[in-house]
Amino acid sequence: MKVTRRGFLKISGVALVASGIGISLKPVSAHAQPLKIKYAKETTTICPYCAVGCGIIVATRKGKVINTEGDPDHPINRGSLCTKGGSIYQLSVNKNRLDRPLYRAPYSSEWKAVSWDWAVDRIAKNVKRSRDKSFEKRNAKGQVVNRTDGIASVGSAAMDNEECFVYQKFLRGLGLTYIEHQARI
Amino acid sequence: MTNHWIDIRNSDCILIMGSNAASNHPISFKYVTEAMGRGAKLISVDPRFTQTSSKADIYASLRSGTDIAFLGGMIKYLLDNNLIQKEYVVNYTNASFLVNPKFKLPGDNKGVFSGLTDGKYDKSTWSFQKDASGVVKKDKSLKNPNCVYQLLKKHYSRYTPDLVSRITGTPKNKLLEVYKEYTKTGKVGKAGTIMYAMGWTQHTVGTQNIRTMAMIQLLLGNMGVAGGGVNALRGESNVQGSTDHCLLFHIIPGYLKTPKESLPTLKAYNAKYTPTTKEPKSLNWWKNYAKYSASLMRAHYGTNATLEEAYSYFPKLEDGKNYSWLTIFDKMYKGDFTGFFAWGQNPACSGASSNKTREAMSKVDWMVNVNLFDNETGSFWKGPGMDPKKIKTEVFMLPCAGPIEKEGSITNSGRWMQWRYKAVNAPGVALPDSDIVTELFYKVKELYEKKGGPLKEAITKMTWDYGPMGANGKIKHVDTNMVAKEINGYFLEDKTVKGKLFKKGTLVPSFAYLQDDGSTSSGNWLYCNSYTEKGNMAARRGPKDTSGIGLYSDWAWCWPVNRRIIYNGASVDMKGNPWDKEHPVIKWNGSKWTGDIPDGVPAPGSGRPPFIMKPHGVGSIFGPGRADGPFSEHYEPLECPVEKNLMSPQMVNPAVTRWDKVGTGTNVDARATCDPRFPFVCSTYRVSEHWQTGVMTRWCPWLAEMQPEMFVEMSKELARMKGIKNGERAIVKSIRGEVEAVAIVTGRFKPFKLNGNVVHQVGIPWHFGWVTTAMRKYVQGDKKPEVFTSGDAANLLTPFIGDANTMIPESKAFMVNVEKKGVK
Repeated sequence: MKVTRRGFLKISGVALVASGIGISLKPVSAHAQPLKIKYAKETTTICPYCAVGCGIIVATRKGKVINTEGDPDHPINRGSLCTKGGSIYQLSVNKNRLDRPLYRAPYSSEWKAVSWDWAVDRIAKNVKRSRDKSFEKRNAKGQVVNRTDGIASVGSAAMDNEECFVYQKFLRGLGLTYIEHQARI
Repeated sequence: MTNHWIDIRNSDCILIMGSNAASNHPISFKYVTEAMGRGAKLISVDPRFTQTSSKADIYASLRSGTDIAFLGGMIKYLLDNNLIQKEYVVNYTNASFLVNPKFKLPGDNKGVFSGLTDGKYDKSTWSFQKDASGVVKKDKSLKNPNCVYQLLKKHYSRYTPDLVSRITGTPKNKLLEVYKEYTKTGKVGKAGTIMYAMGWTQHTVGTQNIRTMAMIQLLLGNMGVAGGGVNALRGESNVQGSTDHCLLFHIIPGYLKTPKESLPTLKAYNAKYTPTTKEPKSLNWWKNYAKYSASLMRAHYGTNATLEEAYSYFPKLEDGKNYSWLTIFDKMYKGDFTGFFAWGQNPACSGASSNKTREAMSKVDWMVNVNLFDNETGSFWKGPGMDPKKIKTEVFMLPCAGPIEKEGSITNSGRWMQWRYKAVNAPGVALPDSDIVTELFYKVKELYEKKGGPLKEAITKMTWDYGPMGANGKIKHVDTNMVAKEINGYFLEDKTVKGKLFKKGTLVPSFAYLQDDGSTSSGNWLYCNSYTEKGNMAARRGPKDTSGIGLYSDWAWCWPVNRRIIYNGASVDMKGNPWDKEHPVIKWNGSKWTGDIPDGVPAPGSGRPPFIMKPHGVGSIFGPGRADGPFSEHYEPLECPVEKNLMSPQMVNPAVTRWDKVGTGTNVDARATCDPRFPFVCSTYRVSEHWQTGVMTRWCPWLAEMQPEMFVEMSKELARMKGIKNGERAIVKSIRGEVEAVAIVTGRFKPFKLNGNVVHQVGIPWHFGWVTTAMRKYVQGDKKPEVFTSGDAANLLTPFIGDANTMIPESKAFMVNVEKKGVK
């Protein structure tokens, strides 16, 4: 049975009424429960929201996230987290995450799921067409400029350092000058 | 941040202005609270009584956009009462420098500095007097009428408490209370800190807001010391790192300047940007510029190209032209781009004047949007007011891995680079961004190799050694450790540096070893030392703090060279003794410095000025580098509720680009100042439960449940006047757009009394967007949130105008009207 969070609350509410003695049993059942993260693998991460840089421990079992919590050893947050940091479990365990490339054709009213190969091939052709069309080797004064002013890029402060580096490398290799991101707004 | 989060605990007085840290950087408050427990005072200055204000010893309100008037009054107060840290100011700042006698202050020049023509300053009078050998003339007694100190005093003498109060709406007694408390930190051994965020940057005078505070920090001797500094509370987990790696038009990794068309060779480029000084004792660190630029060329092209060839492959900007965010969307709106990448970002909600931004996207031929969730940018073509059948844009929405689904580092506000590990696979076929970039790179490269094209070498000769190669000569998955190593840099040949031989292929130990001859690579000199032969420094988890001031130097890694407090040479006096004996940042033990990594500090008593990144080695109280003045001056926001700038006849910052005059000429660029249709000041802000445009929070049911709706917060007085009750629906409207919001009537906003008039201010959060709302049309295949949110972007209202230096939009002060829904 699939149980949504709201559904779960409804069910548990009913169960409580039916048993009639929910409260008195609680300490006993809590004591008997195995630790939620038993046999789980732990990895550390840093919160993806604001830039305080709080440490988080991610517990996984069989390739699924089962728990996330503040890292008590982290010198900045010492285990505590705010509402957002405390919810990163739902960033990963979330049926609404994008899970395949989507394509919207010109003048179309819908998305179409496509393969990576198809998407990358088509984007690369678009990039080449736009670059070749707008590439300027020299300006009117005859100075070498080697730039592509027909493509713009924005993003991203949500990427890792290494990703930012390779992304800017790629864009500057293409000759882009219009490169911006969150830090400007 | 010049300092770091934990260091806030060392402060004696914490000023939080332009930020609501308690709500938006909640964990930072741990250290605010810890400092307060030791007796530190907390001051909150904000248009709204926030969560931060509720914890403060002193709260002062001010009208949005009047921070310079407020802080200018503090400069006057501390100079009038002689509260500066004199030894510091005389020796560690340019207060004693003599300025060109032709330089004019706004008070003598109709509200502008000397040199203004057609919205641009000719800065030739913003210069220092020099002696025959080129050394700047100084008056260490600070009495010469042309010295920076005397000019400063004269300039801010106009910022009297009476006048400031009439501009800001802050009661005069509150102003004086704040001034008195904060300036106590000018005493030797005391430290004051500033925590600011977008409340300071998102103004047409944003840079000067921060500069005014930096000047105060220098005057009080608060830079370089524990518990001091100028601390930007950055809002995204890696916005520090993405800025360091320069995903910005004007800089390339490590804050090097983007090449310009007037600089045809690497030699000319280095000559232009390598600063020189005649100051005999100044270290002038940027003299090493050529080493960093050469190493970057190598990180991009390795030895596939000579340094000069690599430089020629880099795109060159047109001299004097601005390529920033607002320019991009203005040009896009006018149809100047065919292609657009919106990578890990949601500009349809985050950019100013969203109607313009959204419309602009319909003018490109193709767009690539990479994100974790569906968002208003990728799906712009089916948003409110859009007819998909009329929109030509071909859109690719690509799924990427989330933060715990890949390995790599991010850099926090305190410059700590921290490593993250992969816990689980990304959903479906989603890929890490680095793999997506790599796939695109390979495909584009293949096309150029097969079919040719202009300057194909710029792509085909690029190095991409980020993992084991397959038989096809390509890497399958990017090993981000390999990228991190490239960012750190390698020796590309056997090389002896500082008497030590480094073999080809070894990692460079720190940027002090980088070379200008092409024998080293480094993708970002500031990160050189982060991944060395000793290992991945960002992954360190050393738990101990041996410094006693919370540096935690063995935890992760911090740029530059693991120095936790930058400019720490200014934490000691001229003889090398720490100003603050209780919280020394560095201390001389007789043979070497202990504590933090010293910031270019030689043995005590050498007389080397401590601000080593400045050519003259001193802090810039007079800052001629800025576009809009060497001192700050109060100007009104582009849209404001007052007819006159009480400070001068110049209404708005004269050096800003005026899109309302040169933009599209349609309503998306329109301005309504002192317009009875839009009588209320409005500011955007954030709540704890959401983040940025909400893409990473609106789809999370727990968070959406806690903050489900766009709202407009207003005072009881305004609500009464407009007949709006708490919880009723309201329409907030500017000349550029409107949003529906729930009215939240609180005592946290109070009407301002400005020069005898009553002015109201309202506030709106900016995390919402139409994609996750209930009322929109969901079709087959659309993702549908478990918990809906309501409302659209606050930026539908904001003006298309930016700061004179940074071009960051003025989202914190603009004019709106509020009506109960259904009322015409």
